[in-house]
Amino acid sequence: MSGPAAPPRRVPAARRAADDPLWLKIVLIAIACGFIGLFLVLPLVVVFTEAFRDGVAAYVRSVREPAAWQAIKLTLITTAIAVPLNLVFGLAASWAITKFEFRGKSVLITLIDLPFAVSPVISGLIYVLLFGMQGWLGPWLSRHNIQIIFAVPGIVLATVFVTFPFVARELIPLMQEQGKDEEQAAISLGAGGWQTFWRVTLPNIKWGLLYGVILCNARAMGEFGAVSVVSGHIRGKTNTIPLHVEILYNEYNVVAAFAMASLLAFLGLVTLAAKSFLEWKVQQQLRETLEPTTMESLS
Amino acid sequence: MSIEVRHVTKTFGTFTALQDVSMKVDDGELVGLLGPSGSGKTTLLRIIAGLEVPDDDGRSAVLFHGEDVARRQAGQRQVGFVFQHYALFKHMTVYENIAFGLRVRPRHQRPPRSEIHRRVTELLRLIQLEAFGQRYPAQLSGGQRQRVALARALAIEPRVLLLDEPFGALDAKVRQGLRNWLRRLHDKLHMTTVLVTHDQEEALAVSDRVVVMNQARIEQEGTPAYVFHNPASEFVMDFLGDVNVFPGRIEHGRAVLSGMTIDVPGLTRHPGGSTKVYVRPHELEVRREPVTEPNLPARVVRINQAGSFAKITLTIEGGSEIQVDLPFERYQEINLQPGETVYVSPRKVRVFGAEYMI
Repeated sequence: MSGPAAPPRRVPAARRAADDPLWLKIVLIAIACGFIGLFLVLPLVVVFTEAFRDGVAAYVRSVREPAAWQAIKLTLITTAIAVPLNLVFGLAASWAITKFEFRGKSVLITLIDLPFAVSPVISGLIYVLLFGMQGWLGPWLSRHNIQIIFAVPGIVLATVFVTFPFVARELIPLMQEQGKDEEQAAISLGAGGWQTFWRVTLPNIKWGLLYGVILCNARAMGEFGAVSVVSGHIRGKTNTIPLHVEILYNEYNVVAAFAMASLLAFLGLVTLAAKSFLEWKVQQQLRETLEPTTMESLS
Repeated sequence: MSIEVRHVTKTFGTFTALQDVSMKVDDGELVGLLGPSGSGKTTLLRIIAGLEVPDDDGRSAVLFHGEDVARRQAGQRQVGFVFQHYALFKHMTVYENIAFGLRVRPRHQRPPRSEIHRRVTELLRLIQLEAFGQRYPAQLSGGQRQRVALARALAIEPRVLLLDEPFGALDAKVRQGLRNWLRRLHDKLHMTTVLVTHDQEEALAVSDRVVVMNQARIEQEGTPAYVFHNPASEFVMDFLGDVNVFPGRIEHGRAVLSGMTIDVPGLTRHPGGSTKVYVRPHELEVRREPVTEPNLPARVVRINQAGSFAKITLTIEGGSEIQVDLPFERYQEINLQPGETVYVSPRKVRVFGAEYMI
């Protein structure tokens, strides 16, 4: 019974040995699902049920209330300023870091990560110490009637600071991996700096860039800590959505608080969907370029 | 369009890539820049292209047709540069890749669409990829990609063509095919071309002239045949092909090694002392019986018969191994067997000295 007869019997046994037992699979899946349900799905459900507890009319009323409407507008304005700024900063920083050699490069990389390392509250405080009435630049600013702290500029500044790393962090590894060859090829073919950027660099990084912008946008809308320190919580004036949610909640206005919160949660869901769509799109594009047959049928 | 490089030095931090290098490429010539990795050959090529800038010591110059181009940027030098890893634009089709150099020209220099189309089609025919214009680089094989990269470089009608290890990432068979194709192309276009490679066989096969580089300097220049048969230094000797090295001495103008005394013409001026004696594997003769010529007894260890030469490994007195290449007919004639004792005699030996060479 040795030799030839043994292997066929051993193969299924070996396959079974490589697999985990059924009970272990069930336990692991149950733990994962339970955790996600308890900490992610349940809160989301609570946000929306609480928001709609008194019906759709109450929901609409609390969103259309002037202070709430102002908070939404301020959030959108802040995002509309912070995201494009960080798009440009992030692109410039990752371009500099990946395409050039210079002194202090590692310092720059560390500085880009700083907003991630520092607590948002501290970030906000830095701006208060800089621009506040008792701060370094405060007296000069107040003499010239410029208000930054407890006003919209402060909120924008704090948001820009906190969301600074998202685009750069997304682009640096991508651009490092792609190297400089294509840009150098473009330059040797006579393309100028802008042409190289628009025609070669940007198409290569567009999905990564968009992904970074989406993450940056989500954070810009949801930022609480840093904005809370610089805003002064002036109702109907310097409140963003997250700050307004806190105020409403502290006033026991639960339905309105959750209605506002549901807006943020909804934005979060949209972001997630956009992110998944992008990932799917990138995968699909990759597959398309790797399959000669699809292209042949097109041409 | 001739190329001339004068007194170029390039350092990266503490690393010296080029040390006071000067060289000239004549109009229509195909020059192979040959050397091991880190010898500075790619840096030299990139300096010619304008992708690197030489150290500013006031002496360096890069001349195209006698005109200094040091201050001109890469894009204004009209140089066709082909990268080792192709550097094709991934998101563009083959057609768009080739048309790129024409489309990015300033409006008043840009050829009309029909002219661009004509030129791209012509180039696609030249690289034998007419049916592949609408494919993306990822859908091509390595050899096809490199041909596209070449067509893209040729599209701007460059004055010189610079190739940086163009076949380095391809497998042996494809490499050989493309190499021959490149030579035929050069014979047709007569464009001044510099080819960087670390493959001595490639450089010797395609170049009109080779420039051998080592440790940031040029070791030797010359036609492939001249450089191969008259290496100027131990490095060139060793780099251009297999070689056996015997420790020996010089006594009264003759080389003494492992019991042999060999006359070497022109060695009379050598001061004498210990030296290394170089013999190529095909310059050793193997016989069953000792002859009157200087010879060494050796034992056959291994025989590799696959190829036009039989490669025979032998051990000599003292245990070191030597390599002999015998033409296959000769090998069959004497029918060597592993373990046999034979007598090896060199037909040609080379000795290199500090300021002395044969």
